Order: sequence, then C-alpha cells, then structure tokens
Amino acid sequence: MRLELRESPPIWLAGLAPVLAVAAALVLCAGLIVWTGESVLEAYALLVKGAVGSRFALAETLTRATPLILTGLAAAVAFRAKLWNIGGEGQLYMGALAATWLGTGALDLPAFLLIPLLLVAGALAGGSVLIVPALIKNKLRVDEVVTTLLLNFIILLFVNYLLEGPLKDPMSLGWPQAAPIVDEGILPKILAKSRLHLGFVIAIVAAIAIWLVMRFTVWGYEIKAVGLNARGSAFAGINVNGTIIRTALISGGLAGMAGVGEVIGLKGYLTLDLSPGFGYTGIAVAMLAQLHPIGVVVSAFFLAGIYVGADSMGRAVNIPTYLADVLVASSVLAVLVSVMLVRFRIRRG
Amino acid sequence: MTAVLRLENITKRFGSLVANDSVSLSLARGEVLALLGENGAGKTTLMNILFGHYVADEGRVEVEGKPLLPGAPHAAIAAGVGMVHQHFTLADNLTVLDNVVLGTESLWRPWQNRAAARNRLDTMSSEFGLTVDPDARVGDLSVGERQRVEILKALYRDARILIMDEPTAVLTPQETEVLFDTLRRLVERGLSIIFISHKLNEILAISDRVMVLRRGKIVHEMPTSGADRHILAEAMVGHTVTRPKAESMVSGAPVLAMQDVSLRAPTSGVALDHVNLVVHAHEVVGIAGVSGNGQVQLAELISGLCRAESGSMTLFGETIANPTPAKVVKLGVGRIPEDRHAEGVIGEMSIWENMISEDLRALPISRRGLIDHAAARARTEAQIERFDVRCPGPDAETRLLSGGNMQKLILARALSREPGLVLANQPARGLDEGAIAYVHGQLLAARERGAGVLLITEDLEELLALSDRVAVIYQGRLSATLDAKTVTPRQLGLMMAGHDPSEEQTGSGGAAA
Amino acid sequence: MDILEILLTTGFWAATLRIATPLIFGTLGELICERAGVLNLGIEGIMTMGAMAGWMWVYQGGDLWGGLAFAAFIGMLFGLLHSGFTVYLGLSQHVTGIGITLLASSLSYFVFRMLLPDATTPPKIEPFQPYAVPLLSDLPVLGPSVFTQTPMTYLALICVVVIWYGLNRTPVGLAVRMAGEHPLAVEAQGIDVLAVRTGAVMVGSALMSVGGAFLTMSAFDAFYFGMVNGRGWICVALVIFASWRPGKALLGALLFAGIDALQVRVQQVSGAAIPYQFFLMAPYVLSILAMVVMARRAAYPKALLAPFRRGDRA
Repeated sequence: MRLELRESPPIWLAGLAPVLAVAAALVLCAGLIVWTGESVLEAYALLVKGAVGSRFALAETLTRATPLILTGLAAAVAFRAKLWNIGGEGQLYMGALAATWLGTGALDLPAFLLIPLLLVAGALAGGSVLIVPALIKNKLRVDEVVTTLLLNFIILLFVNYLLEGPLKDPMSLGWPQAAPIVDEGILPKILAKSRLHLGFVIAIVAAIAIWLVMRFTVWGYEIKAVGLNARGSAFAGINVNGTIIRTALISGGLAGMAGVGEVIGLKGYLTLDLSPGFGYTGIAVAMLAQLHPIGVVVSAFFLAGIYVGADSMGRAVNIPTYLADVLVASSVLAVLVSVMLVRFRIRRG
Repeated sequence: MTAVLRLENITKRFGSLVANDSVSLSLARGEVLALLGENGAGKTTLMNILFGHYVADEGRVEVEGKPLLPGAPHAAIAAGVGMVHQHFTLADNLTVLDNVVLGTESLWRPWQNRAAARNRLDTMSSEFGLTVDPDARVGDLSVGERQRVEILKALYRDARILIMDEPTAVLTPQETEVLFDTLRRLVERGLSIIFISHKLNEILAISDRVMVLRRGKIVHEMPTSGADRHILAEAMVGHTVTRPKAESMVSGAPVLAMQDVSLRAPTSGVALDHVNLVVHAHEVVGIAGVSGNGQVQLAELISGLCRAESGSMTLFGETIANPTPAKVVKLGVGRIPEDRHAEGVIGEMSIWENMISEDLRALPISRRGLIDHAAARARTEAQIERFDVRCPGPDAETRLLSGGNMQKLILARALSREPGLVLANQPARGLDEGAIAYVHGQLLAARERGAGVLLITEDLEELLALSDRVAVIYQGRLSATLDAKTVTPRQLGLMMAGHDPSEEQTGSGGAAA
Repeated sequence: MDILEILLTTGFWAATLRIATPLIFGTLGELICERAGVLNLGIEGIMTMGAMAGWMWVYQGGDLWGGLAFAAFIGMLFGLLHSGFTVYLGLSQHVTGIGITLLASSLSYFVFRMLLPDATTPPKIEPFQPYAVPLLSDLPVLGPSVFTQTPMTYLALICVVVIWYGLNRTPVGLAVRMAGEHPLAVEAQGIDVLAVRTGAVMVGSALMSVGGAFLTMSAFDAFYFGMVNGRGWICVALVIFASWRPGKALLGALLFAGIDALQVRVQQVSGAAIPYQFFLMAPYVLSILAMVVMARRAAYPKALLAPFRRGDRA
C-alpha cells in the first residue's frame, strides 16, 4: 500500500474532511461512553442540549468560543508560516497581565479610549513574548515548539508570583487575585441576562481581518510562502526572518488579546484560573479549521460547544467531563488523517 | 547464452503519467547493457521497479529464471541485484564501514562482527581496485570515492547484476575512465551490468548492447557495435532536436566583477577562496567543476543569499556590500536556481503567485501592501503565452507542472525583466532535449540582447556549447578563464580534479573588447 | 549554610538521582525516536499516561513490576499510534505529537475519573522501596544515599548502558541511526524503513511511559492531575543538550536534576528573600538556556522531521 498525491483534490472532499473527522471522533468516544455504562445517544443528546439547547446554553457557548477564536487564530496564523507557536497559553496570560497592569487604575481614561488601549497593550505583551522564541529560531535554529511550551510554565509561575505579591488585591481576603479592572475598562455585555460580551464581536472582527490579510496583502502572501517553502521564499527575495518575526507578533498579539478579553470582558480581574487551557485548545481549533481564519470561527464555536455541553452532560449523567478533552484531541488527530486522505489517494503497491 | 535477468511487459503509471509502458528486456551474463533515454523517459523508474523501490502495475521480473518478489529490495538483493543510485544512498555522518555493513547482518544479532566485515571490505577493495578507508566519514569523501563505496556496497552483498543509474553525471572525464576500467574488470568476473545514461559517447564506449527508452517505451535495440551517435540521438529524442550553439560576438562592458572574494563553508573549511571573476555584456562565462567545490556558495553570493567575508563584488559598476535577493534582482540580475523545486518555485502556490514572487512589493503587482490580483494575473497570462508554459492556467498549482514547464516559468520570471546579468545554475538539469534546447536558446538570446550570462554547470557538453569563456572551480578556487573554443573536455577534466592547467594552456583572462 | 555545604550533604546527591530518574527515561525515549528520524512530542502525554497506567495497575491489585510492564505496554501503543500517523501516513510530526499529548493526557484523566469517580483525596499505593546495593551502599560518605535508591533508578542507569550499546554496537542500532540519517539508504539495503522507525518510536515511547510511571510508583504514591508538569518538554530539550548521545543524556539529566535539587535547598535557606516561584522556574529557564547554548553545535539527525514515503518519485 502506498500514498500518491492527487493532482487536483475535489473541493467537496476538502470541505467534507473536518466533518468526517469529527464524526470519526464521535464514534471513537462513543466507545468510552459505552464503557461508563451510559447510553451513547442520551449522552450526546445531553451534550448538544447543554451546548445549544437554550438561550442560556448558546450564550455560554459563544462566551466560551470568544477566547478560542482568538487563540485559534493565533495558532492558525503562526502555523501557516510553520512557526510552531504552542505558547498561546502563556501569551494569553501576558495579555491579561498587561490589561491588569494598565486597567486597574493606572490610567484614568474614558471607556472608548481605555478599552482599545488595553487591547493593544495586551496584544503587544502577547506578541513580545513570542518574539523571543522566534528570534532564537531565526538565529540559532532552536525548535520553537519546546521553547514556547516551556515559556508557558515560566509565565504561569511569573503570574502566580505577581498575584501573590505585587499585584495581589488587598481586598481579596487572601485569594491570589489582582485588583478589579476599573469600570471604564470593562467590555459591555451584548446580550441581556448572559455573560456574552463585546469581546465576541472583537474576535469575529479579528477573524475577518486576518482572513483579509492572508488573502489580499503582501504580508499574507509572505506568511504563506515562508510556511510552504522557506528556501524558495528567501530565493525570491522575501525576508524570511522578518516574516517570522512579523508572524510572531501577530500570533502572540491575538493570543494576548484573548487574555485581555477574558479579564475585561468576563472575569473583571486576573486570577490563576483565568484560562482552562484556551491556549492549547486554540491549537485544536486551528487544526480543525485547517488554518483557515473563517473556519476558525466555526471550529471555535464547535469546540466551545463540546466543552460547555460536556459540563452540563457531566452534571446529568455519570460521565467524566474529561470526555470533552478526549473528543477534542481525537478530532484533531482524525482531521489530520482526513485532510491527508483528501490530498493523497491510497494505491496498492 | 541464458538471460540472468528478464523484465516482461513492465507497466507503471503515476497518476495520469505512464512512466513505463509494457517494457521488456533481458540481460545476458557478462553483458553491459546500456539503457539510453533522455530525462523523464522512464529509465530510473524501470530500474526502481527491478530493485523493488516501486511496484509495477503490470508485468514481471525474473532473475536467473526465478520470479522476483515485487516491491521488496531485500528480495532483489538476495537474488544478486545491486543498484548504484544516481543520488547516493549513503549517510554522511556514518563511516564507510557502517554504510557498507548495514543490512548484511541479521538485525537481531546482539553484536556486530566488525573485524570480519573490515577484513572482507579490505579484501574486496584491493581485489577490485576500489581503495577507500573503511573508517572515514562518508561526508568527508570526494564524489568519486563515494561512488566507490556505493559499488563496494553492492559487491559486498555478492551482487551478480549491477545497475548503474547515471553514474557519470557527477564525475570528471578522467574519473569516468577509471569507472569504466572498474566496470570492465567486474564484467570479466562474470557480473552483468545495466548502465543507464543519456550521454551517447559513454554508452558507445562501455556497452555491448543498447536499448533506447522514449516516453516509457522501448523504441530501439541494437548491438553497440552497429550504433553511432547519430542513430542513437535520433532514437532517443524521436526527431532531430539541435541545441543552439553560441555564435561569436564581441563582448561589452563588465556587468559582474568579483575581486578576491572569500567565504567560509557553513560547516567547515573554505567554500570560496579568493575568487576573481569578470562577466561582460554579450558573453557567456561558463563555470565547470565537480559538485561541492564551491558552486553553491558562488551562486548564493550572486543570488544575494549570502555575503562575502572578504573581497568585493561589483554589479553593473556598483559595489554591493550587503547583497539580498531583493536588492540583486532590483539591480538587474536574473537568476535561475540549481534546484527548481526547493528554490525556484513554491510548489504548493499557484502559477501566478510564483510568477510575481520577485515583484511582490513593486508596482503594479502591489500597492500599499495590497496585492493587485488582476494585474498579477494579467502579467502571468502574458508570460505563459510568451514563454510557452504548458499549464491549465494561472491558478493551477505549480508543483503539477512538468520539469520543463516549471523551468520555463522560472525563465519567464527571471528573463522578462531583461536583466543585465543572468545567473544560470545547472539550467538544463533533468530536462528533456526539447526543453534543453529551449533553455539554451533563451540564454543565448539574453546574451544577444546584451546581458552577461554566468553559467554554472557540471555538463561539459553544455558548457562548451554555450560559453565564450570557461573557468573551473576546484575546492573553492576559481581558475583563470580559458577560451571556450580552444579548451578540450580532457583539459577541463584535469582541472576539475585539481591539476594545474598552465601546463596545457595559458589563461586568457581578459577577453574584454 | 552555603551552596558548598549543600553540595556536601548526602541528601542532595540522593535527591539528584531521584529527580533525574524520570528525566533519564524520558530523554532516552525521545532520543531513540529522534535518532530514527521521528520527533515525538507526544512525550508529555505519554508520560502522563504511564504515570496513570502503572499506578492504576498496582491500585487494582497488580504488583509493582507488572505495573511497570503495563505502563511500558501502554506507552508502546501510543508510540504505535504516533508512528502510524507520522511514519506510515507521513503527517506533520509537530502537530501529531501535540495531538498525541492532548489525547494521552485527557484519556489518562478520563480513565482515572472513570475508575475512581468519588476520590477527593488521591488514593495511595505502596510504591517501590529504596534498595541498598550490597557493598556499594557501605561506601563512606555518599555510599548510603547514592546507592540506596528505588529499583527504578537503577533500571534507568542500566537503560543508559543498554541503549548506548544497542544504538552503537548492534545491527539494529545501526539501522535505527541510518533511518534517521538517510532513510532511502536503509530501504536500498532491503530493510523496511517504516518498520525500523516504528519500532524505535514504540520502544522510545515505552521508556517515556516508564519515566512517567516512576512519578506515581516510586517518587510519589498517588496520581495527581498535571503531575508530569512539563517534564516531557524538558526531556525534548535535554535530547538537544545531549547531542543525541545516551551518555550525554545521562549527564544532562543529572546536571539538570542537580540544579533542581540545589534550587529546592537554596530556597529553604533563602527564606522569603526570593519568591519561591522563581526557583520553580529554574528547570524551564535552564532547558531553554541549554538549547540555546547547544544550538550552534547541534548535529541533528539529518532526516529528523522528514517523512519517508515508499515509492515517492524523487
């Protein structure tokens, strides 16, 4: 058996790939549900109901999707340039940190100035931490996967230190959390009686903006070209190292904005459990979307639904909510295979 | 005389391409069979099927009357087939001995018998005159020595049938002679050899019988004694293609001047050692040399991919201290890279995207960072037309183009802006005769128009047909240039092996008008 | 008490060996995979899986060595999955590895919660006990601490020797190294490259898994969430630091563990002067530094990250 590149993969097949992958993941996880002794159909029905079954559920899912769109875009942009940024989690916290630093009273500005400023500051903070691994990759060829991963641990410990030390809110009754964001810095809610905030709109706008950049600009061309063939890009006159740095800024910036959004949109203050792994899940979001910016919105919504739905399912039946993580992980692996089956055809001999 | 090897009705398809179309051949004991065909005719595919790298869609292979298990190199090796690949299958970081013994011992034996292996290797190398140090790192060996290791690898496994895939492509004329002596010695001992090549004079020199492969089919078969260059050339190409030759022309002002340029190699040693070189308008300067003697760095320097550590480079009278590809292109250098797939194009991008890749940040292709798709497409369509790129359209993926059409795309990108200097690095490598003639014609047209052309090639025939002056690069040192009309391949061969040329001809450096 | 004094305590050296043990297993495992040309970023998840699987075996009534074998077996299965994706299908080693880590760790937690739904405080098992090596443990000064370790630490040290020998002195080791340098050369010698790579990834993953199991079966006695805590990633960095050599891997793991052990002790001495989080950062910062320092000299296996597809047109 061997694989042969298809000369022109049919378009319908390319669109079908992620759907098939998710279906495969659902079937695989059905095995786990059977093991728990619960009914597969009932469990999945509960999951869907918990995700989109009511106004409240839908609002929760969209709220959860908000940071995932941004971390998903962060991964998608970076992966396009083959910059393996696995540091979304750390960059998210850096963004949150910047918002906390500037948004807890340091600046006395009206909302229409303070909110954009916090977003930009968070983006810069997130982008700048990715610059380091990107530079090390350019200059020394050190694999950025490991450096970005390790930076996550370092940044989390750093945030931990700040929350127990300099940034600790004296009114927090001993909990390691920062002072609350001033009212002018808080993103307004966009749906009554829900937690859905303006960050969702910002995330959608970001997705569209990234799509436009990738499709119509020289920067987008360069990011794609460097990712597909760095040597060929350099030969053609593209500044490969510069493109990597630019990509790092954009990618880290998006992840940083996710952190800002969670702090000023959802929680109102920084804690150590701000993100339950949004940075890592963003990778899954991007993979499932096949790195397409608009696809990221869809897949972020889908994965957010899985997590929100699994929480509610876990309350109703005796299935550990880790099922959601297993479902997401197996979707990622399945989508890899399905995309490959689109590009290649299996031949005997 | 019984056949030691028989291929029957081998057919192999890759997608829509039929690489081998019902090919049959047989090989007698002690025979040298030449398999002649131009690039892309299906020679290598056929041999890869014989050796088990590929599985044929149809047909069968028999060795000594017994059918050979398809798709299994181990079966081919066990049956006594040895293959010397065109691109050596040796690991640079391991020793000669490691490379030779791999696969000769049972994998599950808990130890290696290195002493015995070394003895056997030593015996064989002296027996066949293939001297090589068993403990040398392969990466430190010369190309000729590596080929010896490849042959020893096959012999070490008691090969009775040896497949040599384009073995002379990387050798100097003198090294080729040595190789032929070795092959004759092997044949005397009863080995049978399949010799794959597209070089007619070599086939006439070494083979007993010749089969010509064209577009996957055997089109001609005859004893070598009854063949001549003319018959073979016509059989190989199917019609007469005449490659253009350089007409003499008065050269103009210098377009490229390098003075005492030195550069260290990325790993160790010197890549370029005080190189001096001048290329004038209206002339082709050819650089010959065995691969790995500094050609890569020379080309990278002029392409703007690296910078000299000492010495100076002047393009069109302007001294370039920090070249970048973009800067060099803007100054008027048209570049044809050595490796089309790795450097020349980005295979997974469309044809139009590749066509504009050198003008990304310039009008009319882009304005304020936005790409003008309509302008890009219009330019691409015009270029496709002008350079006769056969493709489904500007949106097709570039990797799907044939080698010749991909090279035409690169020519279109490099030459349409009428550069003053053309850097052509192995411009005809891997192309069929028609495409080679086209590429050569374009290079000569550029020269006619007033460009200086720097041609780097390992193919001496190409070098002598196109160049006005030639120089040889050996271990990073560039010889003085010689007049291409008077220099012989033999002389060049000696220089490529590092011998002093002054014994045979004095340099004629300044051919400037 | 200054640093010199700490270095002279026997407890320090014992701790160094203990901290080094999972790193030795993990680094050797990653090293084997990479020598064959496959980057295995599933390591973090596979270590988590090993920690859970080995512990669970013992908790369910199995014996300790059986648990270790079980962890190795499960590790192999994930290795097989990884190589199915990267070796046979030729998919991106980066993305697959991350995917395997997500899958293996989430599956570990799922299974743990499934089998122990109500456990609020993590239940404990009876872990491996320290074993005093006869004679050697009687040596003065360091003997009692260094040679009174759990059997798994000795196993790790034995593995270093076995893997060095296997890679450098056996036919199969040569095939593995060649698969990472020039896979076509392996195939041209009639050896199945894909099988060699798969075998290497499976053996490597088994070692990673055993390294994870050390945490729950030897260093501690329970399974916690997030207990691998980046050790897998550190091993990936250590492989580069070790220039893909088993002996240097041992050295790197010991050096690393030594600094970690030192850090804990300095922290106790320094009191609150330096926040403890900065000490906890040390291993991660060190890993990055190690990679940066060694980067210039790093001689990557040439075919690392490059998939090999049989019958591909060159």
